[in-house]
Amino acid sequence: MLDRKDILGIEELGRDEIETILSTAASFKEVSTREIKKVPTLRGKTVINLFYEPSTRTRTSFEIAAKRMSADAINISVSASSIKKGETLKDTALNLEAMAPDCIVVRHGSAGTPRMLAGYLDCSVINAGDGAHEHPSQALLDIFTVKERLGRIEGLHVVIVGDIAHSRVARSNIHGFTKMGARVTVCGPPTMIPPGIESLGCSVTHEMEGAVEDADVIMMLRIQLERQTKALFPSIREYSRLYGLDAGKLKRAKEGVIILHPGPINRGVEISPEVADGPWSLILDQVTNGVAVRMALFYLLLGGARE
Amino acid sequence: MRRLLLKGGRVLDPSRSVDGTYDVAVTGGRIASIRPATGEPPREEGWRVIDCTGLLVIPGLVDIHTHLREPGEEYKETIRTGAEAAAAGGFTTVLCMANTRPVNDNASVTRYIKKRAEEACGVKVLPVGALSVGLKGERLTEMGDLRDAGCVAVSDDGMPVVDGSLMRRALEYSRIFGLPVISHAEDPLLAGDGVMNEGAVSTRLGLKGIPRHAEEIMVARDIALAELTGGRLHIAHVSTRGSVELVRSAKKRGLDVTAEATPHHLALTDEMLLGYDTDCKMNPPLRTVEDRDALREGVKDGTIDTIATDHAPHSSIEKDVEFDDAACGVVGLETALGVVLSLVDDGVLTLDEAIRAMTVNPSRAVGIDAGTLEVGGAADIAIVDLEERWTVDPSLFRSRSRNTPFKGMEMKGRVMKTIVDGEVVYDREGKSS
Repeated sequence: MLDRKDILGIEELGRDEIETILSTAASFKEVSTREIKKVPTLRGKTVINLFYEPSTRTRTSFEIAAKRMSADAINISVSASSIKKGETLKDTALNLEAMAPDCIVVRHGSAGTPRMLAGYLDCSVINAGDGAHEHPSQALLDIFTVKERLGRIEGLHVVIVGDIAHSRVARSNIHGFTKMGARVTVCGPPTMIPPGIESLGCSVTHEMEGAVEDADVIMMLRIQLERQTKALFPSIREYSRLYGLDAGKLKRAKEGVIILHPGPINRGVEISPEVADGPWSLILDQVTNGVAVRMALFYLLLGGARE
Repeated sequence: MRRLLLKGGRVLDPSRSVDGTYDVAVTGGRIASIRPATGEPPREEGWRVIDCTGLLVIPGLVDIHTHLREPGEEYKETIRTGAEAAAAGGFTTVLCMANTRPVNDNASVTRYIKKRAEEACGVKVLPVGALSVGLKGERLTEMGDLRDAGCVAVSDDGMPVVDGSLMRRALEYSRIFGLPVISHAEDPLLAGDGVMNEGAVSTRLGLKGIPRHAEEIMVARDIALAELTGGRLHIAHVSTRGSVELVRSAKKRGLDVTAEATPHHLALTDEMLLGYDTDCKMNPPLRTVEDRDALREGVKDGTIDTIATDHAPHSSIEKDVEFDDAACGVVGLETALGVVLSLVDDGVLTLDEAIRAMTVNPSRAVGIDAGTLEVGGAADIAIVDLEERWTVDPSLFRSRSRNTPFKGMEMKGRVMKTIVDGEVVYDREGKSS
């Protein structure tokens, strides 16, 4: 069990806690291969998926994870416009609490919202992505996937490419991989590298070829096409030419390099189809492992003596 | 009118370089005499004697930057509650900004504010008129009318004046009336939808940052326009090292520019945001240690003339929400002196520098008659216990709002009594009398 109520970010987790989650996830992965994909561990527990941003993959993954643990999972999708009707976040939190859930999984476009909710609530809160802050379950499943394939994290060089400034996946992975002993480099145009990112323990490059050459793991981030209007890059064409991962750039990579992407991918923008579908790509393993990691999180937060 | 004798306190008045043990006699709402303390009781009957032994007696504090929210947002603050908060903080004169609803951009709103102020506890509330009609940044207000109704300065504070030519005209036109122009220096396009200082902390938190340059570019522009026009420019809430340097160099060139910093920018940094506390969200945002230290140095060398609170009350409706959606602003009237005296206790400022920046300097910056203990002048006085330690408890505020980043912090130095025109308007021991 984890000695904490909430999972709000990787930054606050210790290496031992991450290792506990990874080993628990490994034991739960087998459940999803059974004919009857269900264990009774969390029977009678209630999980609310509270999503203020559209999400298919993450929400479904949390829902399946909860159900395979026999918890009752309820999905609430709130559009950003309907919450502007005057209810404060605190009121929303207290109303949900009044229905006695055991865990609230929250995704929100505003950084810090899961922390604020956790402060108002007695039940557990899992951050399923808050603004550009953290997406801890994503980083945990990424680390799990890399460790599963390469057998270790310690000493690896992980290169994260894309819009680092707006990426919660990047932040959580910088925290996670560095805590586990890997070296992390972030790569992207200067308009997408936030100031002071080095203080999280990574190094920065704007030059893709060199970064790829030296990588054991390349993580491509999804480009938000609408950001083009904010002048972060002049055109998709130029972005793709400079920072898209294609077979040409990949030729310079080490033998055995693996490629991750948190999805959904923009084929032909940040990643070319032949790379996304190639043998080095673990993109679908990530999705499979996401369920196991989230089962582990539910178990470690709800499965103990907090009855 | 009551006769008051403040006996045996340490009287400190930076406006006249007075610092010593004196008896201050008050009759008819004015200061009758300031004499070396005798230890003797008054010879005649009819004096109310306040024993100030061991206490500090200073000119009533002057805050040239508050938002009192009336008319229009009385659920956040009223002129009455704002004036009571001011009194509890040792302030005897406050200026209130024009971003009310309706905006104070015409004489009828100014007169309403003045009338509400007269009905309040006695603290002098002086309105700041809008610079542009409706704070829209399009066309100048009738500054003559505003001045005649009681406005002592003009400002679109809360909103930057984006149009440089309008700012130029405001600096020129206001000269007729000797009204200072208070600049809220911010380039809104550079600030974008930022919610805190841009830097390592915003990156860590995943919050959008506001670069320092969004402020500095506008400070530089407004100083250039002051040079062009000879207008009377005051820069509100300076928050960055670069802005301090711009003001310092403007003053060296002999320009008539003044500047203020808030207690929160002098005391705190953006590390306060690490828990996403919306009570630490304000505009300009809390900056880095380097900026904070430059502001402190600016107060010490006089580059920053005055400490002003930017008292900005908001209710839980605006603050108990997602960080991105939370309103900017913090209340400050009831913590300002405690914060500043704690800086004195920490050796950051001298007592003289601190009191100067909260009394005579703000009065001079906006050209009002306040912030001094002059025989024959208004008896606006604060009595302060420099030794008392206390913890900020927002539930005890007289302000209607509780949004302070200083909640739970320990302060050293506290207001005991506040006197306006010879009347005790705040008494910590006996409540107000």
